[in-house]
Amino acid sequence: MNALIEFQQVCKYYYMGDTTVTAADHISFQVSKGEFVAIVGSSGSGKSTCMNIIGCLDVPSEGTYLLNGQDVGQMNKNQLAEIRNELLGFIFQQYNLLPKLNLVENVEVPLMYAGVSKAERRQRAKEALEQVGLGSKWRHKPMELSGGQQQRVSIARALVGNPSVILADEPTGALDSRTGREVLSMLQDLHRQGHTVVLITHDNSIAVQAQRIIRLEDGHVVYDGPSDAPEAVVTPRSAGSEGEGRSA
Amino acid sequence: MSILESLELALKNIVSSKVRTLLTMLGIIIGVAAVIVIVGLGNGLEIYVTESFSDMGTNTLTVTVMSRGATRSLDAEDMYAIVEENSEYLDLCSPTVTMAGFVKIGSETVDTTSSLGVSEDYFEIARLEVSQGRGLQYSDMSTRGKVCVIGAYLNQAYFGGNAVGQTLRVGGQSLEVVGVLAQQDEELEEGGSDDCLYLPYTTAERITGETSTYTITMRDEDYIDESVAALEASLYAVFASDDYYTVTSMSEILETMTSMINLLVGVLAGIAAISLVVGGIGIMNIMLVSVTERTREIGIRKSLGAKERYIMQQFVIEAAATSALGGIIGILLGDGLSLVASVVVERLMEESLTISPTMAAVLLAFGISVGIGILFGYLPAKKAARLNPIDALHYD
Repeated sequence: MNALIEFQQVCKYYYMGDTTVTAADHISFQVSKGEFVAIVGSSGSGKSTCMNIIGCLDVPSEGTYLLNGQDVGQMNKNQLAEIRNELLGFIFQQYNLLPKLNLVENVEVPLMYAGVSKAERRQRAKEALEQVGLGSKWRHKPMELSGGQQQRVSIARALVGNPSVILADEPTGALDSRTGREVLSMLQDLHRQGHTVVLITHDNSIAVQAQRIIRLEDGHVVYDGPSDAPEAVVTPRSAGSEGEGRSA
Repeated sequence: MSILESLELALKNIVSSKVRTLLTMLGIIIGVAAVIVIVGLGNGLEIYVTESFSDMGTNTLTVTVMSRGATRSLDAEDMYAIVEENSEYLDLCSPTVTMAGFVKIGSETVDTTSSLGVSEDYFEIARLEVSQGRGLQYSDMSTRGKVCVIGAYLNQAYFGGNAVGQTLRVGGQSLEVVGVLAQQDEELEEGGSDDCLYLPYTTAERITGETSTYTITMRDEDYIDESVAALEASLYAVFASDDYYTVTSMSEILETMTSMINLLVGVLAGIAAISLVVGGIGIMNIMLVSVTERTREIGIRKSLGAKERYIMQQFVIEAAATSALGGIIGILLGDGLSLVASVVVERLMEESLTISPTMAAVLLAFGISVGIGILFGYLPAKKAARLNPIDALHYD
């Protein structure tokens, strides 16, 4: 089976003055097309680093990251921007909608950078909004919506370019549990429709909604397997670290 | 993403923060308006000067003789001979003797009147028309006639419109008014063109001394250089030196004045242009603040696939659009101020001076303001484009 996302011994170092922080330490895993994977770990486990690298916002210090068979580490900034535009759909914890634009304009942004014509992108953006149940509100500004609705807009924005991977970074972090569940079930729907979804979270109860869990700790992969196995939710060494997850 | 889409985005941003945009544009608005008013003023001044000169005729040459210290001298007869000699180029000649003395009419002294001793040809040279009585004649010159022709103002103000036949005194000499000139200005006023007096130059010479200035007309205005050269050659033959005379053509004086006005306008416009630069720096400031404020937006856009050059394009176009808008407002303001200033000048100076902005100045001002926007928008745009998307996404 051809892997969509492939980490081969990926390392990431950050330099802070004289000290070197290893955020990712020889991480290897593969994600195939159509999978729903949760990358879970506490603060400092390296999950944000993984998310940045998967999202092509950053490149590995060492090792190879292949996205759809392409070596991302060898790309320049422009190529990374193109890859993000074409292959990735981001869903952020803070929604990250542009406040001055209305909903349909927000959803159109990725298509604009992809060079899609005005009429077509308006059409596609409206369809995406309809898909998340906000088709009638397309003229509204993000601030006029509830948090859950805003997150649905950002899901529409992630979907509109028809990306290979949907990358959700703590998508429920800013939501109450009920709307959080709604957003999660929406991600599950996307998975059922055949989308590849990568969910980044610190929360086990959210991670288990995925099909497969990759657990990170101190920059290492400590578990990689189905989410329904008992080991999936056990934190081997420090059982208490789970609650320390950052909310920002 | 096309330029047009960037422009649309920029306009959206401008509209969404009107007060800030207005404050940002203020420097450009003031600078552009100032440049337009100043250039318009210079333009009006040039038109005014040209018109005043064309009244006097641009086909005239003025010869000033400074015979003090010269071994040879030149009197009016000699000058007539020189003009005759060069009749190929030169046409009419009149000595012009400026009288220093006041005009006395009855017991009243009039100190505003310009009195000039001239020949019978002067009225043709200066394009003056006699409306009552007669002009000066050759016989007045040869007999040193104690006569004069006065302007319409003196006639109206001191003789009740019936000056012909009356007498007045100039520099102690009693003169009979033989003619009145037609009115030249729209209104008769003290010190205006109609407050004048002409007497035979021979009579004037008796009062003030020898003639030193001559007004000569050319046959053809297209041969100014040749005419001046011919005249100078003849004068050189008389004095054997070029230290004792000067020949100036009206068009030369006009040219000199025009270039002086242009220089003045250039300097003033340059000073006004400094405020354009200051305005540009204002735009740069606000754009830098705007980049910081919109760091998160930039991060979002980059994560969604915006390349550096799109971010760059967006900010440069926003700066250019802001200053172009400022330029347009400045042009409108400048036009408005020009209109107001024209009216004010006319009221205050009782001269009609139209301050008319030139199309070239308007286009230049607009071009410069757009250019300044691009120039000073570049640095902030570069800063925005270079932001790291991860840092920008987590910026609060």
